Amino acid sequence: MAMLEISGLSKSFGGLRAINDLDMHVNEGEIVSVIGPNGAGKTTFFNLVNGMDTPDEGSILFENQDLVGLRPNQILGLGLARTFQNVRLFPAMTVLENVMVGQHARTKSGLLSAIFNTPRHRREEAEIEAKGKEVLAFFGSRLVGYRFDQLSMMLSYANRRRLEIARAMATDPRILLLDEPTAGMNPRETIELTELIGRLRDERGYTIVLIEHDMQVVRNVSDRVVVLDHGVKLTEGSYEEVSTNQDVIEAYLGRPAEMGS
Amino acid sequence: MADVEAPPAAVVDKELLPPPELDMRRAVRLGLSNAAAMVLVAATGIVGTFQGRLIIDPFLPLGLLFLYMVAWAFGWLAAKPPTTLEGFAPAVPGPRNLAAGALAGVIGGAGTALLLVLMTTFNLRGVFLELSPALADTLSFGLSVVAAVPLIVAVGTAVGLAGAGVHFLPPRWRRAVMPGLMWVLIFALFTDIVGQFFAGVGLDSITGFLFTRRGGPLTAMGAVIVFVAFSTLYWYRGGRETTLRQRFEVLPAERRTGWTIGLAMAVMVILWFVPRIMGPFVSQVLDNAGIFLLMALGLNIVLGYAGLLDLGYVAFFAVGAYTAAILTSPLSPAFSPELSLLAALPFVMIAAAVAGIIVATPVIRMRGDYLAIVTLGFGEIARILLNSAWLSPYFGGAQGITNIPNLQVGPLEFRSPQDYFIPIFLFVVIAAYITLAVQKSRWGRAWMAMREDESVAEAMGINIVTAKLSAFVVGAILASFGGALFGSQIGSVFPHSFDIVVSITVLVIIIVGGMGSVPGVTVGALALIALPNLLREFSEYQFLFYGVLLIAMMLVRPEGFIPSRRRAQELHTEELAQDDWLEIYGQTGTGEKVTEGSA
Repeated sequence: MAMLEISGLSKSFGGLRAINDLDMHVNEGEIVSVIGPNGAGKTTFFNLVNGMDTPDEGSILFENQDLVGLRPNQILGLGLARTFQNVRLFPAMTVLENVMVGQHARTKSGLLSAIFNTPRHRREEAEIEAKGKEVLAFFGSRLVGYRFDQLSMMLSYANRRRLEIARAMATDPRILLLDEPTAGMNPRETIELTELIGRLRDERGYTIVLIEHDMQVVRNVSDRVVVLDHGVKLTEGSYEEVSTNQDVIEAYLGRPAEMGS
Repeated sequence: MADVEAPPAAVVDKELLPPPELDMRRAVRLGLSNAAAMVLVAATGIVGTFQGRLIIDPFLPLGLLFLYMVAWAFGWLAAKPPTTLEGFAPAVPGPRNLAAGALAGVIGGAGTALLLVLMTTFNLRGVFLELSPALADTLSFGLSVVAAVPLIVAVGTAVGLAGAGVHFLPPRWRRAVMPGLMWVLIFALFTDIVGQFFAGVGLDSITGFLFTRRGGPLTAMGAVIVFVAFSTLYWYRGGRETTLRQRFEVLPAERRTGWTIGLAMAVMVILWFVPRIMGPFVSQVLDNAGIFLLMALGLNIVLGYAGLLDLGYVAFFAVGAYTAAILTSPLSPAFSPELSLLAALPFVMIAAAVAGIIVATPVIRMRGDYLAIVTLGFGEIARILLNSAWLSPYFGGAQGITNIPNLQVGPLEFRSPQDYFIPIFLFVVIAAYITLAVQKSRWGRAWMAMREDESVAEAMGINIVTAKLSAFVVGAILASFGGALFGSQIGSVFPHSFDIVVSITVLVIIIVGGMGSVPGVTVGALALIALPNLLREFSEYQFLFYGVLLIAMMLVRPEGFIPSRRRAQELHTEELAQDDWLEIYGQTGTGEKVTEGSA
């Protein structure tokens, strides 16, 4: 049984079928890329999986538990975290606070223990902070030291993207959904991030689902590629299989006039 | 102007461009604003109301002082040299600055003179009640209109020039003279309190020396003494190389915490003695400010941290006051266990928590404006229910509940406003502590995350339902403490004490003080509640003052008096953008580290 098993998933917005009868699975330890032209329904797919949208039909099984109908925080609690295409940090919170929020679902202490500053609360706070710093250290020297206390809105664009991944890592996920992690990055940053995605799986043991437009990244990291177009799965397979598939090329480039006749 | 470009950094030290000239059109615009402001001060009756009060015996009445203080401020503003930009030499004030100040003053004086001419020629009192013959007499300095017009313009000019003159003082002198003048004004305005203070610390003789009588105006000699004394003090302080704050900030973190705690203790000890020294009137004012501060700290959690705009916050205050009243007063209409206030407090907290949940539940899925409107409705519902005939068997309707006993702890009974200062103060300290403790905790972060982006907060594992409920419950409990103390101190509760104005006032306190900052909220409560109450003559103009203050703050300092660090940064992104720029181009080293790290 796959870790994430999606079957018959459909979602419409008014007359638009954003996702249409989608079947897909993700095995544990895999890196799966979801690609497709703009408007193919990739982000909607993520929103359905992490509970920010509710599907019209179909089921999403994560380790045999149906996610449909659960709130996003419950889904995160099960071990499924995501990042956003248009980076959505908590801008007026510090870098460290942003990742510390990620630990919220993994910790328990309540308001009263904070007010009475119980030993358990202090221990837990120290653990949260240590965890946050450890996760930020994953990105080298970029998000550590004086950066801890900087507001996240002050970070450069690439660092915001990294911080968003760090925040998702701080939730101790088993599966990580990355929505276009290299969008807007320069070539060098893209190369660096590509390696980082591999390390996320190899060192931290996350299973990764990735939406990506940059085909270099897709080729370098993916075990398997799923192609969406107009909410329908066109094909799936290794990068080589998919990149030579005639339907995929047509979806991206359009059907050549002479072939249509 | 447009073709001037900032030179590269290396050149800056060698050649500085001449500073831009002072804009005279701006001076004219400020002059017109000055005229409008002076006419407004006269026509709203501020000049007339305060004319009777002498500030310095025998020549300076408060009414005219207010009028010409406006001209002084605009003169200062018009003559203010523009901010020094990088690559430009600092602007040195010259005749042009004086001219600008005088220009603003002339226009302001002319506007006032025009008002005088109009109000003496035509009868405007049908519309503007305050434009009385007495006001005309004040404005014209008791002279005929023909003689007064040039005099008003001349005084306006002189005052505008005086405002401009401030820029010519060397900085150290300016930092001595301005506070000196400010203290003279404080001594002159708060004569009662200053007198009470000297009496309280056993230096009554000073009062007799500085003032004509206790509570009377300053003598000319007294004014000079106060001015010289404070100016000298500030002059010496200005001679220091570093300010206290700077010296504090370079201390290592552990010692800084030590100093902060020590300072807080010292402040508390001093505050403990405040009611003894300052007498019942000031204590009453501080009690009021403390009760509003309790509410403001509660709203600070709901709005400042969790970002939930609650416009019906007074409902929680009312719940606290009424629960305490019902449980303690022997005259409670339906149910009267006659508990002591201390014994009633747990029930007050429970009632407040329930009220918090009742308000929060329907607004769980609402955001922003919708939430504000719904809570506004809740606030009004609470007041109307308390006032209704239907519930009057339980809450006493418009008659309210009276005979609420004083707070009693063991053998100690708190009777006077001076006594009440202590429990109110203790509750404020507790509320401030709760705010600070919670802010750094898991739930504090959850609230802030929810304020920043509710859907992402939920996607990051925060249970929005619990987070909203808990913010409302904590906020409601803090406000209910304020309500319970309020009822017990006044001895009675009436529905009309809990109208929308209270909610708005608390909101203004935290906006003006600094949202999300405990010191800011404290300053806000003192400035907006204590100050207008201390200046009793001003109470008529309290809301005018609020309005002006709000507009001025939003224009000049939208983050509040003492903002939290994050809010200050949030609202000054332009400067931050510049920092970012410097960081990117200033540190090329980071680029190399990148390749090392990934290789």
